[in-house]
Amino acid sequence: MSLVYFIVQQTMYFVIPLLIVALGGLFAERSGVINIALEGIMIVGAFASILFIHFVQKFLPGQPVLLLAIIVAALAGMLTSLPHAYAAINMRADQTISGTAINIFAPAFVIFTARMILGVQQVDFLNQFRIDSVPLLGKIPVLGELFFQKTYITTYIGIAILVLSWFALYKTRFGLRLMACGEHPQAADSVGINVYKMRYAGVLISGALAGVGGLVFVIPTSTNFNATVSGYGFLALAVLIFGQWKPWRIAGAAFFFGVMKAISAIYSGIPFLVELGIPSNIYKMIPYVATLIVLAFTSKKSRAPKAEGVPYDKGSR
Amino acid sequence: MKKLKNNAGLNSVAASLMAILLGLIVGFAVLLIADARNALNGFGAIVTGGLSDLKNFGQVLYYATPIIMTGLSVGFAFKTGLFNIGAAGQYMVGAFVAVFVGAKATFLPGHLHWIVAILLAAVIGAIWGMVPGLMKAFCNVNEVITCIMMNYIGLNLMNLLIRSSLFDKGRNQSLQPVASAILPKFGFDKIFTVGATPSSVNSGIVFAVLIGILLYIILQKTTFGYELKACGFNRNAAKYAGINERRSIILSMVIAGALAGVGGALYYLSGAGTGIPITEELAAEGFDGIPVALLGMSNPIGVIFAGIFISYLKVGGTTMQVYGFAPQIISIITAVIIYFSAFSLFFKGLLGRLGKRPVKAEKQKGGAVK
Repeated sequence: MSLVYFIVQQTMYFVIPLLIVALGGLFAERSGVINIALEGIMIVGAFASILFIHFVQKFLPGQPVLLLAIIVAALAGMLTSLPHAYAAINMRADQTISGTAINIFAPAFVIFTARMILGVQQVDFLNQFRIDSVPLLGKIPVLGELFFQKTYITTYIGIAILVLSWFALYKTRFGLRLMACGEHPQAADSVGINVYKMRYAGVLISGALAGVGGLVFVIPTSTNFNATVSGYGFLALAVLIFGQWKPWRIAGAAFFFGVMKAISAIYSGIPFLVELGIPSNIYKMIPYVATLIVLAFTSKKSRAPKAEGVPYDKGSR
Repeated sequence: MKKLKNNAGLNSVAASLMAILLGLIVGFAVLLIADARNALNGFGAIVTGGLSDLKNFGQVLYYATPIIMTGLSVGFAFKTGLFNIGAAGQYMVGAFVAVFVGAKATFLPGHLHWIVAILLAAVIGAIWGMVPGLMKAFCNVNEVITCIMMNYIGLNLMNLLIRSSLFDKGRNQSLQPVASAILPKFGFDKIFTVGATPSSVNSGIVFAVLIGILLYIILQKTTFGYELKACGFNRNAAKYAGINERRSIILSMVIAGALAGVGGALYYLSGAGTGIPITEELAAEGFDGIPVALLGMSNPIGVIFAGIFISYLKVGGTTMQVYGFAPQIISIITAVIIYFSAFSLFFKGLLGRLGKRPVKAEKQKGGAVK
């Protein structure tokens, strides 16, 4: 049984960042802007917030630092997504190109900055954020051990973001307008919605969430940040597409990949998998092979936002 | 009509040059922020490092070889409207097969050895490119996602196979190809040298340039090339005109994959004394293909120059390190160049509509927005 707990706890470490970043991508793409820069934004978000933790940790330990770091990550992420928004919305640039530019920029920028400030490229931090057992809830039999022990506050924030995203998109005026801009911007414009503004909102929200996702990815799995988020931003894009641009489906997709990733990361702690004697690289391949297979069967009836990737030109018909 | 076309070509070059200029300006600004006293020296090293002596220029050509190939790969797929972000994976599997053949297939005689190694690298690269092509054509899967997945599958498969069959434990990398699998030097080691240490440049650069010219001819002068481009311009129109768009998509990715695979072969058969490293990171040469293709406007001839240019910056970045700057500045400059080259498409569109000179269009940019 303890093995099951271990797997579930580990799975959450992988699911939550994927979920948060994919939801970020959802906001951008639903507003009509492809955000391939999620990977780069995650890197900058993680870097800024881990650097913040690195310096502030000495004075202010524990959960408050993490909460402040989340805000730092969100701000850094927004800032990083801003050039992408400008290129995609104002300059009507090819969105893949400006996204790629940010992906090239981000790791170089954080290594350069880290070297300038710290002298080395790794940013260390002390992991003081793990909650061994949530008060009261952690004592519930089975469920408590599954979801409320050896956990991080970020897990619950991730779930809150999921619920909020669903609510914001489907139950508020803002969300419905945002989605209208991704489907038929001309129609949205004709009823007085400012398409440019909505798209900026979409990209900036995606930046904030991707930034937070970067932090959430690093915290449970490492004690330093080394200018990489291991392709998670790209994986989040796959989750977004597999999730058919819908929040709850994205959650399902994120869980699917999270389990795959968790198994490949922790198989050495699962006795019967070790006994099989399969090389670690095979396990590492599994999430990607599984993604391919699943996408092959689910993409035929793909429901991408109609105006996704198409720059909005007020003058065109 | 012909005059108009020439004009558009000139504008592309002008736009690329402007993006480069902006990139260099930002790079200089970063150097100033990092260390104002050495900024000028550092910047000088970036700009002139690649030409400082013949050996360095040889290194420029040496490193340009793989990224011209991956640049051609990305650019070729672009022509069909596909974004081949999977060049890294195709490059890696190509490199592995080439080195495997180079190290193990010692029964092959002399020159046949390296030729077979390159051809097999092209085949495996083509297979790696074909998967996203097939999935795009038949399952409607976005090629960006498939390419990313294929990258990681390729990386892990390569690590696995190197560890199990081609491992040089002491250096944590693959074994090296034997002498008969090394590309001929074409006498370059005698030209591009300083004292007794020649640069690593070899016939690979010649092959890369020839392949680029061949692609240019295919794209510009053949029906096949025309069909591929038509699919890139407007998929529905191409379909309506009777072009088999599925075939075009698959073939475009197959060729793109083969090109990247050959890139891996040319780099690791150069006899520079390195095997393929075991790493968890995707090959940088694969991703460098993207800026090279964008900067070269996906034109094979443009890609050749862009590849040499990016490689030139890289070598400059290495010489710049003596002034204590981190080489990542080069990536920052590259990113800025790519970012502004995205704008340049916008400039060109504006130029196309207005038929005016680039300088004027640029001024209009500010006003036309919003």
